[in-house]
Amino acid sequence: MGGSFTINHLVYLLQGMMWTVVLSALAFLLGSVAGFGVMLMRTARTRLLRQISFVYVQVIQGTPLLIVLFVVYFGLGVVGIELPPLLAAGVSLMVYCSAFLGEIWRGCVESVPRTQWEAAEGLALTRWQTLVDVILPQAARIATPPTVGFLVQVLKSTSLASVVGFVELTRAAQVVNNSLFTPFLVFGIAGVLYFALCYPLSRWSRSLERKLNVGRRQAA
Amino acid sequence: MKYTFDFASLQEYWPEFLRGALMTLEMTVIACVFGLVIGVLCAIGRRGKRKWLAALCGAYVEVVRNTPYLIQIFFIFFGLSSAGLRLPIFAAAVLTMVFNVGAYTAEIVRAGMDTIHPGQIEAAEALGLSVPQIYWDVILRPSLERVYPSLTGQFVLMMLSSSVTSQISAEELTGVANSVQSESFRSFETFIVVAGLYFVLAMLLKLAFHLFGQAIFPRRRRLGTPL
Repeated sequence: MGGSFTINHLVYLLQGMMWTVVLSALAFLLGSVAGFGVMLMRTARTRLLRQISFVYVQVIQGTPLLIVLFVVYFGLGVVGIELPPLLAAGVSLMVYCSAFLGEIWRGCVESVPRTQWEAAEGLALTRWQTLVDVILPQAARIATPPTVGFLVQVLKSTSLASVVGFVELTRAAQVVNNSLFTPFLVFGIAGVLYFALCYPLSRWSRSLERKLNVGRRQAA
Repeated sequence: MKYTFDFASLQEYWPEFLRGALMTLEMTVIACVFGLVIGVLCAIGRRGKRKWLAALCGAYVEVVRNTPYLIQIFFIFFGLSSAGLRLPIFAAAVLTMVFNVGAYTAEIVRAGMDTIHPGQIEAAEALGLSVPQIYWDVILRPSLERVYPSLTGQFVLMMLSSSVTSQISAEELTGVANSVQSESFRSFETFIVVAGLYFVLAMLLKLAFHLFGQAIFPRRRRLGTPL
């Protein structure tokens, strides 16, 4: 038995929590960029691009994140590219985020009325101008609540990075628990810390959604 | 560095992959059945008049939805064993899955129940239907029909998440993959094969849910849309 839970253990968990936030931010930023690309491909006029991105999304959404993580971490290691755990986890989460965000944003872009595209075409805007100046500002409003909601998903998913040895909150909790063996306490605290990160985001997402619905009701 | 793929050496492990995949399916089916029951009860509890019960159900849903599944697994599995309750790993893994999917199901079912117009319930009351009759015929069946796609989508996600139970050494597909790669030293190939298997499982599950939905919701089959 390794003694009792002290302030040092808590500090260690909080440091892990910081890395959870860093990894989430990294994954979300990289994933947004890639996801934007996926969204562009999914709504492209070229059929081949649409098909490629469709298969990509189906495959990523049809395999567990844990397996993607193993493929990136062990796989690339075997091929000779040695990735540090932060990068391996970041890359796998980026792949995961890109598929989901791409799909969420595609839905938002497609929910902008068809007539907006036609009006922009009537004004002789190029496709890119139409997208940036007409469609995206409208789609962004619709996209905010589900994107914030997805952020919760990303935060939770970073716990899987513990499996490849990256010391974020879950890994830190495992380390502490291995020395103390008080799982209810240690994982309970880790759970509370995760909850403290995720719950405000969930609430925010829900209130954004409510506001959006109010706007729509008034417009109708 | 040059790397030559060698999938042939994985052939002898084929029965094990299959066993793992079947176990993943088995765990998913059990978890979804019990998860659906818990989810429905919880959604009813949140609508009910008893404040403490509604608060309890709400807290359960929020806690599960805002913490990672892996933490829930560790909390339940290691927590129970430190309290002296040593469950077999399969049971423990399924228990965590039920606990997890129950909350997501509750949220989805609740959203479905919210779409039932209050007038429908009032009409049912005026016709003298009993409370269980109202819940079953007027609220539950139509709302389940409406949320069926998101519900089954959640179940497919649960099947994928079940890979995480390999962390408490459940011998499902990912657990099998871990032991195969350490025996064969072909980790890249192993995980590619397993990714493919998960993909096939996900597609099969989607197809099965689609056919099942067509069978139990005749209206959806005839009209192509719910209600």
